[in-house]
Amino acid sequence: MRFILQRLGFYLLAAWAALTLNFFLPRLMPGDPATALFARFRGQLRPEAMQALREAFGLTPEPLLGQYITYLGHVLRGDFGVSVAYFPSPVSTIIGTGLLWTMFLAGTAVAVSFVLGTLLGVAAAWWRGGWMDTLLPPALALLGAFPYFWLAMVALYVFGFQLAWFPLGHAYADDLTPGMNLPFLASVLRHAALPVGTVVVATLGGWMLSMRNTMVSVLGSDYVNLARAKGLPPSRVVLRYAARNALLPSVTGFGMALGFVLGGSLLTEIVFSYPGQGYLLLQAVQSQDYPLMQGIFLVITLAVLGANWLVDIAYLWLDPRTREGS
Amino acid sequence: MTAPASRRSTGARAWLDAIRRDRKASVGALILVLFALLAVVGPLLVGDPTALVAVPLEPPSSAHWLGTTGQGQDVLAQTVVGTRVSLLIGFAVGIVVVLVGSLVGVTAGYFGGRVDGMLSLLFNVFLVIPGLPLAIVLAAYLPSGPLTVAAVLVFTGWAWNARVVRGQTLSLRRRDFVLASVVSGESSLRIITREILPNMTSLLVAQVIGSSVYAIGALVGLEFLGLGDVSSVTWGTNLYWASNDSALLTGAWWTYVPTGVCVALVGFGLVMLNSGFDEITNPRLQMERAWRAHLAAAGQPASRSTPVVRDG
Repeated sequence: MRFILQRLGFYLLAAWAALTLNFFLPRLMPGDPATALFARFRGQLRPEAMQALREAFGLTPEPLLGQYITYLGHVLRGDFGVSVAYFPSPVSTIIGTGLLWTMFLAGTAVAVSFVLGTLLGVAAAWWRGGWMDTLLPPALALLGAFPYFWLAMVALYVFGFQLAWFPLGHAYADDLTPGMNLPFLASVLRHAALPVGTVVVATLGGWMLSMRNTMVSVLGSDYVNLARAKGLPPSRVVLRYAARNALLPSVTGFGMALGFVLGGSLLTEIVFSYPGQGYLLLQAVQSQDYPLMQGIFLVITLAVLGANWLVDIAYLWLDPRTREGS
Repeated sequence: MTAPASRRSTGARAWLDAIRRDRKASVGALILVLFALLAVVGPLLVGDPTALVAVPLEPPSSAHWLGTTGQGQDVLAQTVVGTRVSLLIGFAVGIVVVLVGSLVGVTAGYFGGRVDGMLSLLFNVFLVIPGLPLAIVLAAYLPSGPLTVAAVLVFTGWAWNARVVRGQTLSLRRRDFVLASVVSGESSLRIITREILPNMTSLLVAQVIGSSVYAIGALVGLEFLGLGDVSSVTWGTNLYWASNDSALLTGAWWTYVPTGVCVALVGFGLVMLNSGFDEITNPRLQMERAWRAHLAAAGQPASRSTPVVRDG
């Protein structure tokens, strides 16, 4: 319990750091959202409107500390300000439309890649020196070296454009209404196959290699030799004895990889015009929509922090040593 | 008091020999040398990459080996010229990331206590905040240009390095030769620069390689979003223009395939070089290889056991 609370405290601190960074960026940097919006209207606004705009974005003449407290209060209530590109829609509404899609895409990709890569790593360590151990790692390292979004472009061209096995974009077919029915869910899966597939292919190698390397050293340890000497079936020795312990470093890396994979999956979304945060982010960048950009950054950060905390709880379950302290 | 590092020859020659002996490292080094050559002399051999030389979106032909872009520029010239800037920024960021990370990591690991607590907290926070979204926000606020992108990548990328170096410093800090230097009254600065850092050379080299992989990938990603200087010719901006000129919907694969293959080959070369280094600097892996070769030569079945590392 103490471990979980300690980690929670750390993530709250990280969240506060991200919030503070977010607050100071528009106030320290040359660009600012009000000027950007003012420029968008190309002289249709009178100079007096500028002051009102600045206030709408929280850039009041108040002292910084006052602005900061107002800002924190707004964020806690889920108010991220107003968007420039979709003025005057609030940022939170716009983000809300795409958040589930992004979490679905990135979550599925990370989970599939982790499970598959870990199993491959176990297999490579068990049949050490076999083809899985010698050919697969360099091949996956080569695939992993491609930028995610570039793999996505190639996959889209080959499987979507040339072979027409998968749709070219979007999250589901346009003629379907979202709901818990079979055609809709099937359509969602078909549309997610390519984006998820490219991220999985790009990240598989990392999981496999890390699992393989730990497995190799765990398989050489005394307790595994003893289990083998006792005559336990190999599947039990490998999965229950060795793999469970070898999994620990991978689980520690899981949380960190999450943020990284999410970044890559944002770019993949853009290629597939998937209606998630990545697509919004691109629009925000193109129209200099600072509040939207920052809102997306904040929401993604909070999601990653939350997921990290869940990973910590999983770690606690996997490693009894962390439980003993409590 | 001299560190044990001085016993081993760590000169450039020893590294080169070691790379030659390892197949993975040789492959990686070969790829990187070819790209370095391409970056240095390539731009002199191809024409002006921004010149409009032919009909837009022309497939590869004998006149334009890799076809033309959506604006009628030569893809080969763009790819070759893009190599120089992309590699330059990528490796520069890789080196600076390791410099910054090592400085923080060594300070945290060496001084320990409250300094360690604060610095560890700092890099752990940086590690959990997703890098790419932060980089995008930062790059959007700053004036666009190669320096901005480089600075942003250093800011979002140093933390992992700090963590690795801190761990290594902690373990070296307890070794006898460091403790002896402390007792003999050497200054902290001298101990860090003469005793601790030289013993981490191989780790630092591996970190520079790993960080460069990160930097090149992230650089291409940011530029793909249009956050670099879109008027310059780099790998990332090539992909940005390919995507903007809807190369995807017209099936013009030649506008983005060459650049992606280059990015991947450089990344692959770096990863191969790194895993080769791992085997060179890890005596356990070296012994294992010798042991397997010995067994194979004697006609014995391969063994799972790890041989004991013998000295000399």
